[in-house]
Amino acid sequence: MTSLLNPNRPPAFCPGCAHERVVATLDRALTELGLTATEVVLVSDIGCSGLFDTFFQTHALHGLHGRALTYATGLKLARPELTVIVTMGDGGLGIGGAHVLSTCRRNIDLTLLVLNNFNYGMTGGQCSATTPREAQVESGFLNRLEAPLDICRVAAAAGAGFAARVSGYDPLLSERMQQAIRHDGFALVDIWGICPGRYGKRNPISPGSINAAMDRLPDLTDTLAANARDEYGRAYREEAAKLVAPAPPALIEARFPPPQGGRREILLLGSAGQRIITAGEILCLAAATAGLHATQKNDYPITVMRGHSVSEVVCSDRPIDYTGIERPNLVVALAQEGVARKAGIFRELGPDTVILKARDVSLPDTSGTILELDFKALGIRSQDRALAALGELADRRLVLTRDMLGAALQLRFSGRLLDAALKQLEAGGNSPAVVG
Amino acid sequence: MALTLIDGNEAIAWGALAAGCRFFAGYPITPATTIYNAMLRLLPPSGGVCLQGEDEIASIGFCLGASMAGFKVMTATSGPGISLYSEQISFAIGSEIPIVIVDVQRLGPSTGSATKGADGDIQFLRWGNSGGLPVIVLAPVDARDCFELTMAAFNLAEAYRCPVFLASNKELSMTRETLDWAALVRPRVLDRRPPATTGPDRPYLPFEPEGDSLVPPFLPIGAGRPVRQTSSTHGADGFITTDPKRIAANQERLRRKLESAVAEFSYYSELPAVAADTLVISYGVSARAARAAVLQEQRAGRAVALLVLKTLWPVPEQLIRERARGCRRVLVVEMNLGQYVREIQRLLPDREITLIGRMDGELIRPAQIREGIAHD
Ligand code: SF4
Repeated sequence: MTSLLNPNRPPAFCPGCAHERVVATLDRALTELGLTATEVVLVSDIGCSGLFDTFFQTHALHGLHGRALTYATGLKLARPELTVIVTMGDGGLGIGGAHVLSTCRRNIDLTLLVLNNFNYGMTGGQCSATTPREAQVESGFLNRLEAPLDICRVAAAAGAGFAARVSGYDPLLSERMQQAIRHDGFALVDIWGICPGRYGKRNPISPGSINAAMDRLPDLTDTLAANARDEYGRAYREEAAKLVAPAPPALIEARFPPPQGGRREILLLGSAGQRIITAGEILCLAAATAGLHATQKNDYPITVMRGHSVSEVVCSDRPIDYTGIERPNLVVALAQEGVARKAGIFRELGPDTVILKARDVSLPDTSGTILELDFKALGIRSQDRALAALGELADRRLVLTRDMLGAALQLRFSGRLLDAALKQLEAGGNSPAVVG
Repeated sequence: MALTLIDGNEAIAWGALAAGCRFFAGYPITPATTIYNAMLRLLPPSGGVCLQGEDEIASIGFCLGASMAGFKVMTATSGPGISLYSEQISFAIGSEIPIVIVDVQRLGPSTGSATKGADGDIQFLRWGNSGGLPVIVLAPVDARDCFELTMAAFNLAEAYRCPVFLASNKELSMTRETLDWAALVRPRVLDRRPPATTGPDRPYLPFEPEGDSLVPPFLPIGAGRPVRQTSSTHGADGFITTDPKRIAANQERLRRKLESAVAEFSYYSELPAVAADTLVISYGVSARAARAAVLQEQRAGRAVALLVLKTLWPVPEQLIRERARGCRRVLVVEMNLGQYVREIQRLLPDREITLIGRMDGELIRPAQIREGIAHD
């Protein structure tokens, strides 16, 4: 068995530091498992335990404080064949807490060794997430106000299938590490040790007191056993194998002559649920069936089920630069919310702008040419207004034609939805809008 | 000509796939979410991986891990997420990890307005890392650029071993437009270069460039030889160094590898004008209004030229100086209160420089630019 330790870089911890024992034990565990240098990647976090990777001659990734699990997750999903070991102190554990929880929930096949020595050694002995309340640390009274974290209990609650507390002085440490590495899923080993450089100076701590403290913590065997489930990466690949790659975006051939040339600006004003955005998309698709360029820019509140819904569509026989609407050729006003949103533009409109409005919508003063549809009298539901309005525009050959609209519906819908849309158009076609 | 109807975010996703992206991780945030949605449809069925991180820091961390394993990776967010990415971006810069980062900008500061556009992160993308070393930032103007520049971004990340930003904007990413799919220009796909000179018995030095190159060759973690990566100040071997000489040489190399190469990837478009007296410089969605305005001005007989920058960082200084030659004044059009205009002022101190900016979530209108041109 060849040691995986780096012969040129012996551990450089303070004399008596528990980390040194853990480095040697980890090497023993890896070699006893028969792992070679290029089969293992050590991902180390911040602080004194962040030096771990430098003492080994395996693959290594030393990253930012608290984030080791994030790199390890990406690595393991990209290269499932690698044995990925993460080392982290109680400092990294606290700062990267969200990642610890999520890694437990994910159950990805990583081994996290927590080098738990109850303080931030490298920065001078401040309190960490595991500092006992009675300890004397460099954070003054602050640690007396916070409860220390039992990370194994947290991991079990978060869904880890393997979480073990073990003293750094326990002769079974190597065996525990090997069990964790062999575990098919996420495994956390909470290794308690002494930091003589900082913590040990002011606090009575010994291998014996560590054992006694550990014994007082609850047993987690049942919770952990109940968490047993599929390893994330394998489950991911199984799910992915069932999926079908989507086809590239549909190509739309130019088939129809457009009713008008030049740039046309269309403003669709409605409310949430009126399928204003869908109508805008159908307009763009219809334009493409006549070889026109089109852009669609939408405006709706982040609460999508409530409030205004506005779509600005530009169609042109030339590529479109500016996607905003300066002076619409056409305004479709289907709900008061949308009209209120763009109230400012009505005053500027001249008779060359056609406004197709619902009867129950009132407009600000305008010189635009108004056409009115009485959707209520026609029995057209609110959510069907936009499509009915497009039918009306097509009948009047304003921006689109019946052919263009029919083709656009074929592109946008299929099956029952398509049948319903086509039927609705036919019904609407019999009741033209009247000049308002 | 057959057109497709696509929004900027979908075009970015398809561009990423065409460039060989195999790993995406993101955290949902408007207006970038639909990139994540699209990658989730595209990647897993084609053998790739798409993940939703527990937060932005995790999402980019997953990507850095996967990139170190040799995958081409991308993440996407908006301004609030870029803030959280910051420490990982610094890691990717200093430790030369290829990654494409899409910033679909929205109106800031802070949470700002999720569904309003802006170009408010342009200096932030450049300087939002600890150490201040350069990055590459590309800025698309339309859906076509969203596809093509995403492909370019992957190639640059591979060629220079660095993070490359795509500075999009809600107004591009969530605006649908027709696109001539067959006319898209797809560059040759580049891959990070493995070492040429190290044999199996010689150790791989992860930060040692070969020959004249300023970019170290790349071996993935998981290769047949041990590979080291570290966020600490390191020597060529990837171990911590405290030697000021080696540190200085490496920092200088990281700066030069991008700044000395910008002429190789200075993407732009323009509307030249004979004997132009005024140059309009713009980028992103505002460049569309600028183009409309300059075309109208040119038709009206004014000697106005337009330069649309698609590479913003490193600043394509040579290109800007050349195009400004002979111009008395320069108008900079951008969707913020004046960010890139600082670079133009720095480069052209002897010209009259005017900012046409706006930061209220509305597009800069062509009329506003024409007024600026007329106001002489
Ligand atoms: S400070 Fe503490 S943890 Fe760090 S090396 Fe010294 S004893 Fe070990």
